[in-house]
Amino acid sequence: MAVFLAGCNMEVLSPKGDVGMHEKNLILIALGLMSVVVIPVIVLTLWFAWRYRASNTKATYAPKWSHSTRIEAVMWGIPCVIIAILAVITWRSTHALDPYKPLVSDVKPVTIEAVAMDWKWLFIYPDYGVASVNQIAFPVDTPVNFRITSATVMNAFFIPQLGSQIYAMAGMQTKLHLIARESGDYDGLSSNYSGAGFSDMRFKAIATSQQGFQDWLAKAKASAATLDLPTYQALEQPSEKVPVSYYATVAPDLFEDILHKDMGGNPAGDKPTEGAPMKDMSMQGMPTHEGVAVAASHNDHAKAAE
Amino acid sequence: MNTSVITAGHDVAGHHEHHDDGSKTLLGFWIYLMSDCLIFSGLFATFAVMAHSYAGGPTGKEIFDLKYVLGETMLLLVSSFTFGMAMLNMHAGRRGKVLAWLAITFLFGAAFVGMEIHEFVHLIHEGAGPDRSAFLSAYFTLVGTHGLHVTCGLIWIVVMLDMVRRYGLDGLVRRRLSCLSLFWHFLDVIWICVFTFVYLHGVL
Amino acid sequence: MFGKLSLSSIPFDQPIVMGTLLMVAIGGAALFGGITYFRKWGYLWNEWFTTVDHKKIGVMYVILALVMLLRGFADAIMMRGQQALAAGGAQGYLPPHHFDQIFSAHGTIMIFFMAMPFIVGLMNLVVPLQIGARDVAYPFLNSLSFWLTASGVVLIMLSLFVGEFSTTGWLAYPPLSELQFSPGVGVDYYIWALQLSGLGTTLSGINFIVTILRMRAPGMTLMKMPVFSWTALVTNVLIVAAFPVLTVTLALLGADRYLGMHFFTNDLGGNAMMYVNLIWIWGHPEVYILVLPCFGVFSEIISTFSGKPLFGYKSMVWATVAIGGLSFLVWLHHFFTMGSGANVNAFFGIATMVISIPTGVKVFNWLFTMYRGRVRFTVPVLWTIGFMVTFVIGGMTGVLLAVPGADFVLHNSLFLIAHFHNMIIGGVVFGCLAALNFWFPKATGFKLEERWGKWSFWCWLVGFYVAFVPLYLLGFMGATRRMQHYDNVAWQPYFVVALIGAVIIMAGIGFTVLQIAVSIRNRDSNRDLTGDPWGGRTLEWATSSPAPFYNFAVEPQITELDQFWADKEHKRAYPRHAHYADIHMPRNTGVGVVMGGFATLLGFGLIWHIWWLAILGLVGMVGSFVVRAYDRDVDYYVPGAEVEKIERERLVPLHKLIDQVGAAPAEQKVA
Repeated sequence: MAVFLAGCNMEVLSPKGDVGMHEKNLILIALGLMSVVVIPVIVLTLWFAWRYRASNTKATYAPKWSHSTRIEAVMWGIPCVIIAILAVITWRSTHALDPYKPLVSDVKPVTIEAVAMDWKWLFIYPDYGVASVNQIAFPVDTPVNFRITSATVMNAFFIPQLGSQIYAMAGMQTKLHLIARESGDYDGLSSNYSGAGFSDMRFKAIATSQQGFQDWLAKAKASAATLDLPTYQALEQPSEKVPVSYYATVAPDLFEDILHKDMGGNPAGDKPTEGAPMKDMSMQGMPTHEGVAVAASHNDHAKAAE
Repeated sequence: MNTSVITAGHDVAGHHEHHDDGSKTLLGFWIYLMSDCLIFSGLFATFAVMAHSYAGGPTGKEIFDLKYVLGETMLLLVSSFTFGMAMLNMHAGRRGKVLAWLAITFLFGAAFVGMEIHEFVHLIHEGAGPDRSAFLSAYFTLVGTHGLHVTCGLIWIVVMLDMVRRYGLDGLVRRRLSCLSLFWHFLDVIWICVFTFVYLHGVL
Repeated sequence: MFGKLSLSSIPFDQPIVMGTLLMVAIGGAALFGGITYFRKWGYLWNEWFTTVDHKKIGVMYVILALVMLLRGFADAIMMRGQQALAAGGAQGYLPPHHFDQIFSAHGTIMIFFMAMPFIVGLMNLVVPLQIGARDVAYPFLNSLSFWLTASGVVLIMLSLFVGEFSTTGWLAYPPLSELQFSPGVGVDYYIWALQLSGLGTTLSGINFIVTILRMRAPGMTLMKMPVFSWTALVTNVLIVAAFPVLTVTLALLGADRYLGMHFFTNDLGGNAMMYVNLIWIWGHPEVYILVLPCFGVFSEIISTFSGKPLFGYKSMVWATVAIGGLSFLVWLHHFFTMGSGANVNAFFGIATMVISIPTGVKVFNWLFTMYRGRVRFTVPVLWTIGFMVTFVIGGMTGVLLAVPGADFVLHNSLFLIAHFHNMIIGGVVFGCLAALNFWFPKATGFKLEERWGKWSFWCWLVGFYVAFVPLYLLGFMGATRRMQHYDNVAWQPYFVVALIGAVIIMAGIGFTVLQIAVSIRNRDSNRDLTGDPWGGRTLEWATSSPAPFYNFAVEPQITELDQFWADKEHKRAYPRHAHYADIHMPRNTGVGVVMGGFATLLGFGLIWHIWWLAILGLVGMVGSFVVRAYDRDVDYYVPGAEVEKIERERLVPLHKLIDQVGAAPAEQKVA
């Protein structure tokens, strides 16, 4: 284990945040506890097989012996004890690590809404009114509250070095709370197979200083692209290896609308019986004509994609 | 090694193995019914999950006609009774009456299936087909699966009518009638659950 | 007329598929020509296709499973090859559409058409013999079960050449498997191949429950029943309880795809989470359906070759029953990351760990069976020891995954893949191959060669670790399953090592094939004349090898757990009788194979929307069944005189041999 830990490429075992750290310790404790039984069993298996090999006539042979209450008590007892200890650990850690539980911190959390699409991730910052594709940024030592859904099939949102993953499912919202303790660019991905473009459904999670985060937001704000309904609908079409892009503004309640499938003209959605979301959009005065250009919104990607 | 010849004292025991007295068949059929019951459990569970997923479509209250369904229920209950009569006569060895009661059972069963088809066609015409909402998908699938079972039962009754006519009430025919009887009553029980959980619960 | 089917459905543009098709066509033509040339069609039809003899049906299941092992493994090594190549910017040689079909087919085939037929085949071959029965409860149904499984195999093999297979993984999670995201016929192939074979499996389950409950030899109480039969009983109960759920689940998915319903769609109220729950309510018991009989196999082997009764028989039985019961309470551990509350996750995590208690007890049972024994290192024993070591490691990683907090970072990763291959290869495949070596003489009358068997074992064992330890490590590196390519070049060496492991396993499979071929060629030098080649303990070794079609001339009387061992000890094995009664046996019937054929037409018609063909298939199936119901000539009596002749031919030389060598010739010879 120590050797593995030393290798910096063992992402899960070299966590950069509280949740991941807790999970790494949990893995090591559980493995250690089980080794108490597993290693002796392996040794005994090999030893017994060798010791009582047929050619070793010096070993005792008890052809009738098939029962011993004492041994049976021990062999039921030991697993019971180990599992009892593990059960307590499991109960506690499962509650402590519940992905829905907000992290305790004095710092005000950053909220990010994540939408799995074919085959890219859309991220919306509701508090800042910006959005991005395939890249997020947040300050270190600051809790990040993720609200996650899917505009398409099932996916799973996962940043291995920060800890827990959670499914992204259409029409449903899942939550995840993470925090980074070291700044860096971490790999993020979908860990649940979602079709042809799945392998490239990756993003970067940039944990940075407060200043770095503000710079990142400013960069997004400076983008020429806006995420209005037509832009969203164009974005929703399946595409692969989508470069990083930013949106200076986001249609209000876009995440809620995706969640409730109220996207007018969304091929995956309900029949637009109400037409309400369309109306909502236009009432907000969003320019619905300028859309089209997902491509246009990509002009910023060159700088961001490292 | 003891090479002395053993007189086989249990030859008779060796014989009974494939001379099935019917208990093996009935046990197997029971187990089959249990697995079928699990199929219905799965469908009921699905219906329970989907019971309010109307997706803007009609609710149970809007589309179910309790009186009509009560009519279906009565047909099926009566058919269970008439099947019981057929079985009583089978045990009494009255072949003619068995045929008559089976035929009556068939008519009631067929009328039930007819009413159900009519109900389905009506709903689809009203725009409340199985593709309208998850609730209606679950409803059509659950009720339709029961209807398919009844239809299989009807085919089985026709075959048994012919067998009783052809072979009389011999051991094999009796065993099969017993299985069919179990099947028919089983479908009745399932229907009671459908009536209660789908229709009554849906309307109230 | 032909629904969605047209000439363009055949992937002429894919050289790999077309090459395979060419090879299959040449092989098939050679096989067909050979059978015709040697005039074996009549023999095949009369002796095999129409048979209702559980032993022959068992052999057909095992052959089917071995053939599908080759197909499933071809998929595996292609995947390993792809992932060894496709690092950085490289795309490998399999485009996503092809790669996705391959991993879906690999899982589906290995579980449904390799492991399941193997297990059902073993139960067919062994259970009636072990409990002293002449056949299963419903011999015709047994034949039908086999042919339904075979029709599923035909469909899934057809998907390789006609159209496409599913690209949605082996469990076809919606909404990806819905029409909206998978409009092709792949998912339909998946649905109907599984529905047909699943029906066959359910019928087998019912058949074996009744067989075991009602047809045990007189005196064989449940607690005197051999452990393999016990595990078979529990497994069949699990089959009957779990497979209906699979049937419902796939039927609902089918209703979505064929009738436009909305069970699991993204719109109109559908709920994909329900599918995930339902499929795992079947899926987790399925794991135990596969592995429990293998536990039975290892128990029989370790006790036979240690020359001792199984240690703690009662513990073993109760552990088996407990595992069977608990297996229905743990399905949610397959999706801790779906966002259930902490209480729910913790409950299912702990329930999962509890299963490891009876499983651990079993390992101790095997351990203490060797203790103070005389362990003979035959091929089956090598598999067993290899299993014990490998399986406890897999158990450890399994319990780790059962801790929700750990699963949150390991779920869907290659760690998970390594874990369940650790259990399925270490448990099920090792078990099946151990059983193949152990019971082969009982099925054929001659033993398998030891030498190639040992080569096969070592290749499998070493290959397994070389192939899957890198996957465990890759899981810790954040590598997920089902990647057609990946950017991180640091992973590539691990994938290359895994490929080398797969190549070593391929050698292991090759040695198994070689072992069977060489053994058939040298069968005369490996004959098992006694019926008891290993110094066996249970009833299947009391009859000849291969067993006569009626299994036992006289129904055995049971007083002991290891009845045959006790009989040998008390010198009352191989009794000769003055008089043999007539034996009542079922007649062969072609209805099973005909119904299987109609089932294939039904499935194919449904997959391609060729409705007349589907109706033809359905009417044909129902019609054949009804015709069978009218057949009143389904059994016959074997005259006692004929039984006596067969028995004398075996027993007279056997008794001479025993008088020369002693009571238990085989055991001493091997030792």
